[in-house]
Amino acid sequence: MQDSPNHPTLGARLRLAAVSALLILGAGSAAARDARPLSQDDVDWLRRDSFELDSATVAMYRDLGRSRLFDRQLDGRISDDLPAPITTLINSYEAANTPTEQLLTNLRDEQDKIKNMPEGDDKAAARKAQQQHANDLLQQAQEIEMLHAIYGPNQLKEQMVWFWLNHFSVYGAKGRVRWVAADYVQNTIRPHALGKFRDLVMATLESPAMMEFLDNAQNAKGHVNENYARELMELHTLGVGSGYTQQDVQQLALILTGAGVAPLRDPAAMRPRVAEMVVRNGMFEFNPRRHDFSDKVLLGHKIKGSGFDEITEAVDIITKQPACAQFVSKKLAEYFVSDNPPPELVAKMARTFQRTDGDIAEVLQTMFDSKELAASYGKKFKDPMQFVVSSVRMAYDGKPIANAKPLLNWLNQLGEPVFGRLTPDGWPLDSTGWSSSGQMAKRFEIAGAIGTGNNRLLTPEGQPKMGGDFPMLTTRLYYDTFDAKLSAPTRDALAKATTQQEWNTFLLSSPDFNYR
Amino acid sequence: MKRREFLLAAATAAVAAPALSFSGKLFAAPANTPRFLLVFLRGGYDCNNLLVPYGSDFYYESRPTLAIAKPDPYNANSAIGLDNNWGLNPVLRDSIYPLWQKRQVAFIPFAGTDDMSRSHFETQDNIESGESTDQRSNYRSGFMARLSGQMSAVPSIAFTDALPLSFQGSGHDIPNISLRGNPKPVYDERQASILAGMYRDTSLASAAADGLELRQTVSKELQEEMMKANRGAPNAKNFADETQRIATMMRDQYRLGFVDVGGWDTHVNQGSTTGQLANNLSNLGKGLAAYADALGDEWNNTVVVVVSEFGRTFRENGNKGTDHGHGTVYWVLGGKVNGGRIAGQQVAVNAQSLLQNRDYPVLNNYRDVLGGLLGRMWGLSGSQLQSVFPGAHPRDLQLV
Repeated sequence: MQDSPNHPTLGARLRLAAVSALLILGAGSAAARDARPLSQDDVDWLRRDSFELDSATVAMYRDLGRSRLFDRQLDGRISDDLPAPITTLINSYEAANTPTEQLLTNLRDEQDKIKNMPEGDDKAAARKAQQQHANDLLQQAQEIEMLHAIYGPNQLKEQMVWFWLNHFSVYGAKGRVRWVAADYVQNTIRPHALGKFRDLVMATLESPAMMEFLDNAQNAKGHVNENYARELMELHTLGVGSGYTQQDVQQLALILTGAGVAPLRDPAAMRPRVAEMVVRNGMFEFNPRRHDFSDKVLLGHKIKGSGFDEITEAVDIITKQPACAQFVSKKLAEYFVSDNPPPELVAKMARTFQRTDGDIAEVLQTMFDSKELAASYGKKFKDPMQFVVSSVRMAYDGKPIANAKPLLNWLNQLGEPVFGRLTPDGWPLDSTGWSSSGQMAKRFEIAGAIGTGNNRLLTPEGQPKMGGDFPMLTTRLYYDTFDAKLSAPTRDALAKATTQQEWNTFLLSSPDFNYR
Repeated sequence: MKRREFLLAAATAAVAAPALSFSGKLFAAPANTPRFLLVFLRGGYDCNNLLVPYGSDFYYESRPTLAIAKPDPYNANSAIGLDNNWGLNPVLRDSIYPLWQKRQVAFIPFAGTDDMSRSHFETQDNIESGESTDQRSNYRSGFMARLSGQMSAVPSIAFTDALPLSFQGSGHDIPNISLRGNPKPVYDERQASILAGMYRDTSLASAAADGLELRQTVSKELQEEMMKANRGAPNAKNFADETQRIATMMRDQYRLGFVDVGGWDTHVNQGSTTGQLANNLSNLGKGLAAYADALGDEWNNTVVVVVSEFGRTFRENGNKGTDHGHGTVYWVLGGKVNGGRIAGQQVAVNAQSLLQNRDYPVLNNYRDVLGGLLGRMWGLSGSQLQSVFPGAHPRDLQLV
């Protein structure tokens, strides 16, 4: 890639920890007061860079300009900090304020208690309470992710967190996943969302959520389970039909024996030489006593039986395959650019991927610099996550909500709940997955629930419905960004609205809003 | 109705082509038109613990913890003998076995596709596409959609959250509706028409209009039905509730339907007559029985086929589960199905007959089998069948 004056290579950028978002926002609003209107190109670009526009995002754009904003998003100088009331809400959740190990220990204690109870009503009630507890934790994890997506100042990063969460999809209702779901998105996915792809693969491999979901916690010498090995190559890195064989799947399964979730009880004593080979990282454990130490051959490479190093070696081999660069680039382009991304664009991104050793930020830079991105403005249909997040961003424009539960209900109804994909392939990225007649009707109904204020977003849980409030969508933000380019049919519809609520509903239902 | 009348009615339906409403589905189908429901078990169910090859010692050697005991009148957890080789998982004793005794169920072992990826997603898409694996050309076209296109008087619907690939690419909108939630409409006619109007110039025009329209119609019908049946909450608690609603719609309005059921990917502790697989099978069996029941006499005019993307490893794995395999068992049910038998080409179940020393081979390609069945149901011509399953060799297993 040629360096352009506007886009110094990322290697040259300082990867600073967050400068206060308040500083940037403060400067942004000051500059915004006499800023000129955004051009159509600015609006279109920014709608792709974010889940959707809100005033703070527009102000930041005006203040920094496109390339500086983009650079700061990629190197993390735009923070993940949320508005104080949202942070307070999240911090009130057990899933956010309790370390993962503690949550799992609590679970073990609950299970022990139940196990020792005599059969009967009390035991049944205790079991039910435990299920409820697990469901509460999952729901908190879902809410935390939604709140980050809506309020996170670094919208590009928030989109990437969602993208990877979907790419490395785990199903919340399986086993102990509910107990570690919040940890998975915030501590496994988020820190690597814009880093090296290989590190992201290793982070998911070392997460209790993935080990549990794809059964590798059960994969041991003599008891081989090939589920994770297969999906690691098929869904996470190489793609089906990219050349690996059934033999490769079986060899990788052997390599992965012993990788799992750390035990919560004191482990049996090991001989010192074996104990040395144990690897612990948070709740991940590699247990040499469960590992198959034979030599293996993966994708034509000989791997000496040695323990945990086999795993890192295998991940290196896999993520360096050209098929991996191609597969990941195509999925990114499918998410951000087009249901059928132009092959030239994917090839360009894959070249960047290979040249930079899988640097996600560099690949994004190639994609956002491309003419193919600009050519796709207004043609990409929002998936339900994008629709719900963008509707709330547009309608509430940064105003903190008090209750995130309605967000989850809407995503459920639209068929794309967070942690809700039963199978490990993640939700579809193309419009045919979301634009059937049944889904369109649902989408209009949810637009109505948001547009009319007939929802409980502003009503804290447990309080009776306040009622009466509806958001105001005819704002400065709307006139600066949407009004000028509405299609004639949408303009007709808005003119027929008899109330502000109906006007809001029509706007959120319109193709102009649902395509970006 | 005799089989001959069934076929005659079918042939008439295929040629009758009344003028269509907006998208060709919101009208009652002619009486006596056959109806077909495809049930897709997503996750690759373990067919070997549905249709138990109890005559095979190899089965018992391969599954030390998962095998289901040979038929034994004194053991309620033993397989129900269907013939000298095959038995049924006893969790289906009260739901599917009575239909078997009425000769309304046939099983087709060694069924599936030529897709060898053993990937759920690849193989599901492959089956739903209906094209041969090495000739797939259109990744957004499914065989149910093409079948629907051949028969204008056979309105189609998917009972799913999203439109499945099977029903994509028909050229006209095929509606989908999830029967798990409350389908009550929230917009009046004026609002619905304004909302639909915004999409008039887009590719989603018919999806937007049909979605709004279908909600009005379906909701009314299901509300009435539910009041009649005196049942409470509209939330379908399980598959049986859902199939009763499906039956209501299939009975009156639709002739070609699709529903999927997930949760069959049992790598760990799948169980045999209890546990995850047994629960799923039991739920499925109750749902299919409820569907048959709710259709009443119209069950005689109905065919249900249950498919899955693949079977599983014949041997159990180290965690009392099974991994991805190849050939599986399909089910064919219906009041006039030529059932009570194990249909299609078969091979002895032993180590030598396994594919890659791992799983069932596919001897009955789904394209050939479904082509033969659907062709017979609706009296489709050879060229019509070719457009549904390009390049297939439809085989008539005399299932109807």
